Amino acid sequence: MSTRAPIISINSVSKSFPGGVHALRDVSIEISEGEFFALLGPSGCGKTTLLRILAGFETPTEGDVYIDGRDMSRVAPNLRPVNMVFQSYAVFPHMTVAENVAYGLKVSGEDRGTIPSKVEEALELVRLAGYGDRRPDQLSGGQKQRVALARALVKKPRVLLLDEPLSALDAKLREAMQLELVRLQNTVGITFVIVTHDQNEALSMADRIAVIEHGNLLQVATPMELYEYPTNRFVADFIGKMNLFEGTNVGSGNGTLNVVVNGLGRLDIPCRDTLTGDVGLAVRPEKMLLFSEPPGDDYLAFKASVDKVAYQGSETRVFLSNDKGIAFEVSVRNASREDAANQASGSLWVAWKPGDTLVLSD
Amino acid sequence: MIGRRRKEPPGPLEYGRRLWLRASLWATFLFLYAPIVILVVFSFNNSRRNIVWRGFTFKYYEKAWNNDSLIEAFTNSLTIALISTVVSVILGMMTAVMLWRFRFPGKAPYEGTMALPIIIPEICMGVAMMAFFSRIGWPTNLPWPINLGAITIAHISFSFPFVAMVVRARLARFNPELEEAARDLGASQWQSFRDVLLPYMRPGLVAGGLLAFTLSLDDFVITFFTAGPETVTFPVKVYSMIRFSVTPEVNAASTVLILITLVLTTVALWLQNRSQSRQ
Repeated sequence: MSTRAPIISINSVSKSFPGGVHALRDVSIEISEGEFFALLGPSGCGKTTLLRILAGFETPTEGDVYIDGRDMSRVAPNLRPVNMVFQSYAVFPHMTVAENVAYGLKVSGEDRGTIPSKVEEALELVRLAGYGDRRPDQLSGGQKQRVALARALVKKPRVLLLDEPLSALDAKLREAMQLELVRLQNTVGITFVIVTHDQNEALSMADRIAVIEHGNLLQVATPMELYEYPTNRFVADFIGKMNLFEGTNVGSGNGTLNVVVNGLGRLDIPCRDTLTGDVGLAVRPEKMLLFSEPPGDDYLAFKASVDKVAYQGSETRVFLSNDKGIAFEVSVRNASREDAANQASGSLWVAWKPGDTLVLSD
Repeated sequence: MIGRRRKEPPGPLEYGRRLWLRASLWATFLFLYAPIVILVVFSFNNSRRNIVWRGFTFKYYEKAWNNDSLIEAFTNSLTIALISTVVSVILGMMTAVMLWRFRFPGKAPYEGTMALPIIIPEICMGVAMMAFFSRIGWPTNLPWPINLGAITIAHISFSFPFVAMVVRARLARFNPELEEAARDLGASQWQSFRDVLLPYMRPGLVAGGLLAFTLSLDDFVITFFTAGPETVTFPVKVYSMIRFSVTPEVNAASTVLILITLVLTTVALWLQNRSQSRQ
């Protein structure tokens, strides 16, 4: 992936709005050709502003943006090799589906004779063949979205920008559209940049994800890296669930980190880096196991009692706490009906492999 | 069962079942529409005096049609209404788009004063217009239709705020992403205005235009003060005819005016309803 040339280079981009709102602070990202890239963060974090900078609706206050090797920071939206699928779909209400899809070709002076066949092809691509004569008010939300996709893709952009494309769809349709978008991207081979606040959406679709919070870029990584090796507390907490223990660093080096956590005692964690200062230790709920007997030296194990059990079908979330008041959340997979019937109770050992502990110094 | 239900007291929103409300409703209808009905009926009255019914005739429509000065006034009215409507629609649309899209110093006061011609008493507006045109020495005795300039300008000044208000109200519901989508697909600013914003505004423009047209056609007070002896409009002409005697000819001319106004207002309302149900 890194060997391919970047189609988008975002270089130290900052954006502030009148009134002193800093939407983005010194963000640099490189996106490769053909990548499915997600901008993930809570609402108001600046991810949509970044997308609008790529589309040309906002200009960066500082820094520049290169698309396809050219500086696009101050180029008008209609002169950029990118197209966008808007959150509201923005399908033109006074045009038919075919006219909507043809619009981009018409205004950019495409040869009139070739337009109908290109429109037909684009509608087929999004599985709306035969819908050309419909009016937008005769379409469902999912169909409008397909029109918006066809309208953008028919222009054969170098990059397709998608602003929260699935947020208005109901849960079932959203899942189907996730697969559909990945299929589409594989078919057309265009770089997709998608903005979302839904971590599941980002994890299941994207090749790489950039996590943004308060205008700061926190981490850019593959979904697996982001989930298993988050580099700071916000990312660790934002993606999935996390047990976090704040500790005091009492010795670091030689591949081991010695941490004293109030209420848990001293923990020895394998760690390649030599760290100074206090650290947070984080463990995913599904990496923790429950034992009725002490599990042995392979595990870090702590005695705790079950406070609450929440059965959720495929898994059960078990909430425990030890006598010092340290809380654990453990996720137990219900691999059989017996597992589902025999829910955890009483006093148990919470245990995990030292290698599954994440060290957060940031 | 039905007999019993009748005895139930009227519910909180069943105004139609309260006697005093029904009475006031019928009184309103009577005083509002009876004079108009009488006016229309007596336009067919075969009598020079407008008091006793003497049989049915189209004579006075014919007479009104052959009255050259009445037809001239009618032509003047239509010409003024047409020009004032076209200019009001363009001006009103530009005002609405400006107020909707841009932020500029003095926007709030401007938005407030823009609607002033709607609020100001017509008589004051008429006197002000007369004073203004005589103060700047607006030339009279010009050839037709340039001699209608003063009236047309006066009409535009009180018509275009109506267009602006109708269009502005429609723009408030416009999704700005539609325009951005057009820009994103390669349209220039002008193209996105022409292809997206203008079609969206169209029902508002038509409704506002019809409003401006009927306002101009009907206007008496302001026109009376700005009109010269050469530039008599239809309402002003009717007024001068009535000063001599109320003949069925006046009734006939008024009926035609009512008909035109009614048709145009209906079309305007229908267009607005249609655009609302479409959104």
